[in-house]
Amino acid sequence: MNTVPAQVKGPERVLSVTNLRAYYQTQYFGISREVRAVDGVSLHIDRNEIYGLAGESSCGKTTLIKTIVRAIRPPLSIVEGSVMFNFAGRECDIYRLNRHELDSMRWRRLACILQGSMNVLNPVRRVRQSFIDFAFRHIGQPMPQFLALIEGHLARLRLEPAILDNYPHELSGGMRQRVTIALASVCRPDFIVADEPTTALDVVVQKDVLGLMREVQREIRSSMILVTHDIGVHANVTDRMGIMYAGRLVEEGRTVDVIRNPRHPYAVHLVASLPRIGDTTQKQGLEGAPPNLAAPPPGCRFHPRCPLVMDVCRKEHPPLVDVAAGHRVACWAATQPDARRAA
Amino acid sequence: MLAILRDLMRYRPQFRLGVILTGVIVAFAALTLASPHPQQDQFVVPPDVPPSWAHWFGTTSRGQDVFWQLTFAIRNTMLFGFTVAILSRLISVAIGMWSGYKGGFVDRVLMSINDTFIVIPLFPLLVLFYFVMRDKMSWPLLALAMAALGWAYDARLIRSLALSLKTREFTQQCEFSGMRTSEIVLQEHLPYVLPIMFYTTMNNMNWSIGLEVTLSVLGFTNIDTPTVGVMIYWANQHTALVAGIWWWIFFPVLFVMILFIGLFLLAISMNEYIDPRSRLARMGGASG
Amino acid sequence: MNAYATYALKRLLQFALVVFIGINLAYLITHATPIDPVEQTVSAATAFGNTSPEAIAMMRKSLREIYGLEGNLWNQYAIFWQRVLVGDFGPSLSAFPTPVSTLIGRALPWTVGLLSVSTILAFALGNLLGGLAGYFADSRLLKIAGLAVMAVHPIPYYIVAFVVLIAFGYVWPVLPISGGYRINITWGWNADFILSVVSHAILPVTSLVLVGIGGWFMGMRSLVSNVVTEDYVTYAELAGVSRGKILGAYVMRNALVPQVTGLAMSLGSIFNGAIITEQVFGYPGIGTLLISAVHAGDYSLVVGIASVSIVAVSTAVLFIDLVYPLLDPRVKVS
Repeated sequence: MNTVPAQVKGPERVLSVTNLRAYYQTQYFGISREVRAVDGVSLHIDRNEIYGLAGESSCGKTTLIKTIVRAIRPPLSIVEGSVMFNFAGRECDIYRLNRHELDSMRWRRLACILQGSMNVLNPVRRVRQSFIDFAFRHIGQPMPQFLALIEGHLARLRLEPAILDNYPHELSGGMRQRVTIALASVCRPDFIVADEPTTALDVVVQKDVLGLMREVQREIRSSMILVTHDIGVHANVTDRMGIMYAGRLVEEGRTVDVIRNPRHPYAVHLVASLPRIGDTTQKQGLEGAPPNLAAPPPGCRFHPRCPLVMDVCRKEHPPLVDVAAGHRVACWAATQPDARRAA
Repeated sequence: MLAILRDLMRYRPQFRLGVILTGVIVAFAALTLASPHPQQDQFVVPPDVPPSWAHWFGTTSRGQDVFWQLTFAIRNTMLFGFTVAILSRLISVAIGMWSGYKGGFVDRVLMSINDTFIVIPLFPLLVLFYFVMRDKMSWPLLALAMAALGWAYDARLIRSLALSLKTREFTQQCEFSGMRTSEIVLQEHLPYVLPIMFYTTMNNMNWSIGLEVTLSVLGFTNIDTPTVGVMIYWANQHTALVAGIWWWIFFPVLFVMILFIGLFLLAISMNEYIDPRSRLARMGGASG
Repeated sequence: MNAYATYALKRLLQFALVVFIGINLAYLITHATPIDPVEQTVSAATAFGNTSPEAIAMMRKSLREIYGLEGNLWNQYAIFWQRVLVGDFGPSLSAFPTPVSTLIGRALPWTVGLLSVSTILAFALGNLLGGLAGYFADSRLLKIAGLAVMAVHPIPYYIVAFVVLIAFGYVWPVLPISGGYRINITWGWNADFILSVVSHAILPVTSLVLVGIGGWFMGMRSLVSNVVTEDYVTYAELAGVSRGKILGAYVMRNALVPQVTGLAMSLGSIFNGAIITEQVFGYPGIGTLLISAVHAGDYSLVVGIASVSIVAVSTAVLFIDLVYPLLDPRVKVS
């Protein structure tokens, strides 16, 4: 059972996710499966804050993102919980909006930068057309002024206006990602979702792209949720971060705190994997493999691989509790060390 | 492969329908074994009799029982289609596999030739063939001609299959572990090849039977052997519709339509099964 | 060199290859037979009545010349090719002395017209319906429409044409079922003639479209259901781009690209279908011409039509190939 304290809804809060459960439910050729991709996640993100979401593949990060932006399609569906945005002082339950409200909100308030930007632009249309499709209706200026605005925006991000004439396949991967960042920020949205924006780019380009993202965020003061498995990126860019494992948040706090003082055994391992200059200790791999989300283990989902496993871990799922200011952990060993001694 | 057929039977109504329709036709063709008249006899029954208890489908102007004639017609048509399908399988598999595995220059040349055969309109060529053959035209000859011209479309499909199999990890693993090529092909590749074989065979049969019907209706084949097209040809020669002998045309058309739809349903059911997206959704299930 | 020029050159070479192999096939067929077309024609002509041996010898000689069968095989091959390239196949026997090329020239526009109209209609309707069915996958109406067109699709052109003929010729005779235009009408760009042409074209076009639409429907539906899962479609949806725009500019537009390739590949079989449909409706195109040529034993005409068909279809495919890069800007780079 989750013992998360009641959410304080101040004007600072841009996103509140409460008790979200999203499952994939399939039935094909007589076989039914229920994959619990997101299983009880609660978090909040404030204005002008970059929140990082970390975890290995298939931990549920991408599904969580999809539910936050309401990009879910059968067989994925929300089983429980809510996603509340706060745009310009007004509350907004994204799942209560009708089609029209949703469309006018999209891109103007909520924009995305996706994984695999290799293919996010329409291959048979020029880049300029994508800008027009996405942003023209929001900017509300006649076409010539609109185009001038775009070119100015691109120039500020050190992109050649000439790329507007290109087709997507004519641009390199890094270039396409920069164009996507420009596209996502052109309407100055309140909230930007970035899902693995630098995976699949080589390291030099990565640094450049990350820098661009930070710059953009600072200028338009939007909140951002940045999903990446790369702890190094979190260390460099995010203000707060959350670590997910098997569909649940296991640790969350200011990035500085989580990296200096990780409490959950999984987080400890994840942070330890970050190479530090001068560190010559050998890295140990974690035994085992992430659980099958269609048939997760009882109790704490990490217990089969946990070096600190106790009896209670095998039976009951640990709630997410504060261990310091703004630092939460879901782990029996971390939050009740006495239980450990007693057991 | 048997598991695939069993799955399709159980879960796909369109496959079941295809099996039923095709099964009915095959059973019908099997009735030829019980026919009271040899297929080419004429004037053995009173002509132009409408459907009745004595003659379920009526009789033709040539004094043949439509029911029994049709059993032969269906049987011959199906045999013909099947023969062409088998023969062109040989060519399309040979060319598709060779092209896919070899790659490079051989692939490019073969595919250029392949595309040529896809583009060329075959019907005028077959008509020309009939024209110069005339009375020497026979069913085996026509089957050979059609197989020699109609392999191209399927060869491309098989080439894609060969390309994907060649680069699959398990193929390389088998090679490294020392399996002989024949073993690799039979044990590892066959489960992927058979469904595509099934699909292309059904498709090809539809194509060749359609072409046979069209050519026969025009009288461009051996019109002494009853096939569906030949029956319609003779009906037209005797102006059956104008004379009101509608049953001579109706039953062949009806039965051949059932056959076409049956084979088509089988083909697209198998095709849908092969589609990798549906396979992903099935993975991890109880039957493994 | 300009990327498009390279591409165009490759397509031109492929066109040449198709024509080369096709015409060679035709040549091979005419010479693969044990039957001598000259003898065949001579015996048909002299079947009834007495003809003097000198007359027969003269007939043989002139037939040899007309059929291009003089000299050794190499000579004949050269003559064959020469005729194809120039477009002169000699005089038609059944309509002597009208040249074969004139007969074909009269009939070809009818076939081209019939083919173009029905192909465009079937392609447009089939892709539109299929696209909608792929995008609105739960729509009952579209599922039923899909079943209907797919049920007709496997049935060969002849049977569909035949059924349409019976339905509108005998059961409910509202439309003309024979010819390309009303007899005794003056040709020209007058309303009367045009109306007559259109009303005579309705049934053959309907029959061709009925068969063709199913194929495009199935292909488009499957393509669209793949395209909707593509990143660029999802991204546009995340940006709140209007549904109409996504359906048109993102989904259909991209799904059409492989369909156009498919169009080029199926022109051959659509042509076959058109020929046989013409025959059923007595439409004055090269289909009817071909069949009557066979029945009349007109060798030159049959060979001429076969050759022209090959060149005509290849040209149409070449045209589509050359226009293709306009649809898909990625092709130039490869």
